[in-house]
Order: sequence, then structure tokens, then C-alpha cells
Amino acid sequence: MSTPQRSPLPGAEAALTVEKPYAGYLLGLADDAMVYAQRLGEWMTNAPQIEEDMALGNVALDLLGQARGLYPYVGSIDGTGRGEDDFAMMRDEREWRNVHLVEQERGDFADEMARLLWFSAYQVELQTALTGSSDAVVAGVAGKALKEVRYHLDHASLWVVRLGDGTDESHRRMQAALERVLPYLAELFDDDAASAQAAELGVGVLPSRLHDPVVARVTAVVSEATLTLPDGSTWRSRGGRDGVHSRPMGYLLAEMQHIARSHPGAKW
Amino acid sequence: MTEAPERASERSWPLWEVFVRGKRGLSHVHVGSLHAPDATLALRNARDVYTRRQEGVSIWVVRADDVTASSPAEKDSFFDPAADKIYRHPTFYDVPEDVQYL
Amino acid sequence: MVMCMVMCMVMCVVMGVLVRVLVMVGHHGILSTPARAYGTGARPGTPALAAPAPISHTGLMYGNDVIDPNEPLNAAETDAYDAAAAHDDQRDGSDAVGDDFDALIAADQRIEPRDAMPEKYRETLIRQIAQHAHSEIIGMQPEGNWITRAPSLRRKAILIAKVQDEAGHGLYLYSAAETLGIDRQELLERLHDGRQKYSSIFNYPTLTWADCGAIGWLVDGAAIMNQVPLCRCSYGPYARAMIRVCKEESFHQRQGFEILWNLMRGTEAQQAMAQDAADRWWWPALAMFGPPDTGEAAKGGHTEQSMAWGIKRFSNDDLRQKFVDMMVPQAEKLGIVLPDPELRWNEERGHYDFGEIDWDEFWQVLRGDGPCNAERITHRRRAHEEGAWVREAANAYAAKQETRQKQKESAA
Repeated sequence: MSTPQRSPLPGAEAALTVEKPYAGYLLGLADDAMVYAQRLGEWMTNAPQIEEDMALGNVALDLLGQARGLYPYVGSIDGTGRGEDDFAMMRDEREWRNVHLVEQERGDFADEMARLLWFSAYQVELQTALTGSSDAVVAGVAGKALKEVRYHLDHASLWVVRLGDGTDESHRRMQAALERVLPYLAELFDDDAASAQAAELGVGVLPSRLHDPVVARVTAVVSEATLTLPDGSTWRSRGGRDGVHSRPMGYLLAEMQHIARSHPGAKW
Repeated sequence: MTEAPERASERSWPLWEVFVRGKRGLSHVHVGSLHAPDATLALRNARDVYTRRQEGVSIWVVRADDVTASSPAEKDSFFDPAADKIYRHPTFYDVPEDVQYL
Repeated sequence: MVMCMVMCMVMCVVMGVLVRVLVMVGHHGILSTPARAYGTGARPGTPALAAPAPISHTGLMYGNDVIDPNEPLNAAETDAYDAAAAHDDQRDGSDAVGDDFDALIAADQRIEPRDAMPEKYRETLIRQIAQHAHSEIIGMQPEGNWITRAPSLRRKAILIAKVQDEAGHGLYLYSAAETLGIDRQELLERLHDGRQKYSSIFNYPTLTWADCGAIGWLVDGAAIMNQVPLCRCSYGPYARAMIRVCKEESFHQRQGFEILWNLMRGTEAQQAMAQDAADRWWWPALAMFGPPDTGEAAKGGHTEQSMAWGIKRFSNDDLRQKFVDMMVPQAEKLGIVLPDPELRWNEERGHYDFGEIDWDEFWQVLRGDGPCNAERITHRRRAHEEGAWVREAANAYAAKQETRQKQKESAA
């Protein structure tokens, strides 16, 4: 993050500088997984085939698990002692550090496969790098996540190929989806201050270094699918890592958090 | 997308029979079936449908159409003739009780 | 979570069937819980269907916050279930009965897909299994509705896994139905155009988070009660699917109980939420077992046939009574008041008495005039229709690949 966000929690401000300085970096990773899990959860009962309800449910559960693996650790190294539900249920929009890609509303199945293809390709490269993290917890979470995201990438690839090389209609829809997702990709590879610092400490990886291998993975799938990787768009998303989000984010949080927030202090 | 429903009576995905090896040392056992457009996706679907609780270490999928089964009508001629070949079983043989390792 | 309610409702009883289960009580099978807590004074546990353990009605007070993990919470954890699951072992394999359908049924042997069977048996099974499968698939919606709003991440994960299980159970059951020579596509079409039904319970709305608890505890509890005997259904693939379903389902009831347990020990608002959910779901859950079918009500209908065929094992009334006997002590433990002023222990009968179910409402919902009938089917149809182009694309790709493969082979 280029400008550190103020935390509303008493004492959190001071604590952020204590312990370990890369909490913000890990929070970004956790938030990506959390928000995408939330979106994928929306597919349950809406998938094109019942088998696919189950498959997307599995992806959602994996990502939810990754977020739950990271949140308590972030809470322990940012000095706030926050638990997973404090992070997920009690933060306002400006405190979330996920990229815009994952917060976008659920589109059609082609949109989801385009998003999953890019995000899981990104995650495969990211988690591979993080298994070598100097922070043992991060490396541990990454080791587990890597197995999961490889499967996600495989799943997305299989579908992108089938849709691209399927019927005329599916080809058209898949190509359109690749174009719609395009503006949200650059943000994944932005070297924000938190990432740069985490990379310097050997804990994280510089996002820009993931760009080429990720694009290579996606290109291979897209070309097998007889599709074309669109180049460049007139605008691109930015700001997620600084807590600046797009319109759907507030609604996503309102839905996700409203029960928890209506009953302060309650246990579930 | 609402133009979909009457697409000339949709062709359904073929049926696949699923076999799962529960753990090393065991055979693959038939657990059920599912639909998938091709073998690759059938395997993926089988993973999600039949091994959510670590029920398996290996999966086979076979097109249901490709299974050739014996018919109940043939059952008598298939299986009954084995009934009187009791000399195939070790207990058929009389041997002195005090002979070891037999 | 499932009820083949529509079937239940037209079925009546042959009490003689009950005797078979009795014989197997006490056998510990794959899911038995080793330490049974009978005798610790409190609860009836979940006695096998024809042999209720003595119910002691003292000693359980609200606020008693100890849950003995060894006590069976539902029917899937009792001997009755074990007996059913172990049933195959009890058939000694001597195939002396031959292949005649009636002889196999009489000998309590399983019928397998390629066996000769009366057309009516086949049709009845297709209808029953399909309705069961449809109930699982439609049953994903009331809870799926809460995935995005679950109040904690733990709850969210559990809920996703549970809704996934329901999809899985639907698939196991469609798979069983397909062994009878009908395509899933055809069954889904029958669901979508209303020719086949699903359990009416899913036509009620899930208004608050506590409804997820009430569904798990009451609806899944009732479903398990109904499903356990089906693990011994005469049709092999159906029985095997049910064994798998029952094994997985017992987590569903537990998580529902746990949701309510936490709510009842939470804030006043949470307690009120839990009580409200129980108030709304109790009667529909009782109705899930179907209309009365013992005594006078047993006359008429083609149920006797289903009982004789071994595709229904117990009467609606027996299962319902068993359910009430199981749930009352659990409600007391939760601190939830069941919304029935007539609910009381009857020493003489050895069962709980309970009030009259509103069968007019039951029929009304069944006929389509429930709060969510239209919504459920519309949602299901929309998902299916929106996915048509995806399924078609996959078919097209598979066909292309096959052609490519053939070309490669002929070129070689």
C-alpha cells in the first residue's frame, strides 16, 4: 500500500508498526482469497450443471480456508490480536486490501472462468514463490494453498478450452469474457509499497515479477481454446491495495457483514 | 440467456461409472455414476462428487456404454456350473491332522 | 436432506415389517457410537424403530449445557442404522432363492438393475428416487440463500460444505434412478415442468440465520428418520445411495443443533431468533412424514404394495412418533419451547402425545400454494436454462475431440 490505511481499532495504529512490518501485505493476500470465496459462494445453486455447483463450492472452500489461515496470523503480527471474524465481518470498505478483480459482481459462466483462469494462474505463481518465504507461517500456508490453486487453474483451463473451442455461441461468450476481465488484471501485478517491502524482507514476492509467467500460462490456455488474448484496454482498475474499491465492494460487504454487525459481540 | 429452454431437446452429457480405490492395498470399487461431457471432466467431477471426505486415493471413470455386463438371464449357465467343483477348495481334501503347513 | 414425502403420503403400513429391524438391534456397525449413554438418566436416545428404549423424562433441565458427544443425536447414529448398513453382511450369499423377483423379495434379498422386475415396481421406484433427488437439489436453495450472509467464517465454510453435500446427495440419487433406465435429463425436465414433486418443506422461506439451525436440526433430523430405513430398501442401488447419504447427513443435523445451541446461549435477540425459527419449522417438519396412514387412514392407496416390495419400511405415523420422541428431549436441552401446548409425555403409551397437524396447510403447500413454491422452481429452471449453452459447448468440444482423435488414428 502506498498510503497506509488508518485502522479504526483503538491501539491498532501504534501496533501496526510493532511486531512484523508485512502484515499489510499478507492482509492483501487474505482479502483477495476472502472476497473471491464470497463471490464464488454465490454460484451454489446457480451453476450450469449440478456437478459444477460442487466444483465451484470446492474452490470457494479452498479460498475461504486460505483466508482463514492468514487472518489470525495477520492479527498476531499487526499487534491488534484480531481474529478471522474481526477481519471479515467488522472492517469497513476502506480497510479492505483486495484487488478489484475479485470483488466484481458475478457474471455468466464464461466471466467466472475467465476470472478464475487469471486469478488461479496468478495464485499458482504467487504461492509457488511464497513456499520459499522467509516467514515459516507464510511458507506453510502457501504450501497447502499451492496444491489447491493448481487444481483451480486446471479446472478453469479445462472450461476455457471447452467454451472457446465449443459452439459458436460459447466461443463468442468466452472471448467477450476475456475482454471484460482485462481491465482488472494489471492491478494484480502492481508493486505497491507493502509488496515491495515484503519482497525486500524475503517474506513476499514482487507482484510485477509474477506478470510474465502468469501471462504465459494464460496465453497457452487461451490459444488452445482458439481464443485471442485481447490487448490493452483504455482504462484499468487501481487502488484495491490502498482500500479504494469499486462500486460492488460496498454491497458485497453489506451482505456479508450485516448479520454479524447487527449483533455486536455475539457468538455464532 | 432466456432463449435457452427449447434448444431442440438438449443432448445430455454421457453417463460415466465411477470406481474409487479407498486406500492403498484395496481394489477400486464401484461407487456410483455421474454425467460429464468427456473423460477429463468426468474424473474431475468424480473427485468432487465422490471423494469430498478423502474417500479415495485413486479414481477410475468408465463410459457406462462401454461396460459389458453379464445378463441375469445367463446367470445359470455362467455361475452354476462352478457349484459342484468342490475339489477346487482346500477343504475338499482329507489329510492327516498332524501334518504341518498344509 | 430429503423426504420422499409425496411417496410417504400415499403409503400405508404393514406393521409386520417392523419386526425385522428388531432382530438386528444391538449390532454395532460402521457408524455406531461406542458408548451409549442410556442409563445416565436423561434421554431416550434414538431407540430402534420397533423397540423404543424406555424414556425417562426426568433430569433434563434448561440450562444444562453439557452435550455428551457419545450420545446419538439422530437416527443415523443408532443401532437401527447400523443394522441397515450391515444388512448385506447378513445375507449369507447362498443364492438359493433364485432369480425370481417375488422369491427375492420374499427372502429380503436385493433387486439389482438388470434383474427382471415388475414394470410397476420400476415406475414406483423411479418416482420415489427422483422425488428424493429433486428434494436434495431444491433443498440447496433455502440454505444456499444464507451462504453469502453467514455470520462467521466458520459458519460460512460449514454451510458451503453442507449445500455441496446436498448437491452430492441429489447426484447419488439421480445415479441410482438412472440404473432403472431413465436419464437424469428427463428427470430434471419432469421436475422443471412440475410433473414430479419434491418435499414440500422446501417451500417454506428461510427468514433469519436461525432458520439454518432449524433446518439442520428439525428438517434434516426428520429426513434422517425417514432415510435410515431406506438403507434397507429392496432396490440395491437406492439402498446403497441411502447408506452413503445417511453417513454424510448426520453432520447436517449436528451442525443445525450447534447453531441453535449457540444462539440459545447467546444474546436475547439470538435466543428469540432461535425460538422463532423453531416455532416456524416444527409443524412443517412433522408434516414431512406425510399424512396419517395407520388405523382407518391405512385403507386405500397403493402403499401396501410398496411395503410389500420393501421400498417403504415404516408407516408415516410410526416415523413421526419416533421423531417427536427423539426431538422433545433435545429441545429441552436447547431450551427451546416446541410450539405445541398438547405436547406431553404419555406414560401409558411410552411416547409423547402431540397436537393435530394442520393438514389443510400441508395440502395447500403441496398443491403449489406455499410461500416459495414458485420461487424454488423458477430459480432451478433459470440456473438450468442459463447453463444450457455451457453444457452444449462441452458436448460440441467432446465431439470435435473425438473426430480429431479418429483423424489422427486413420492418419497413423
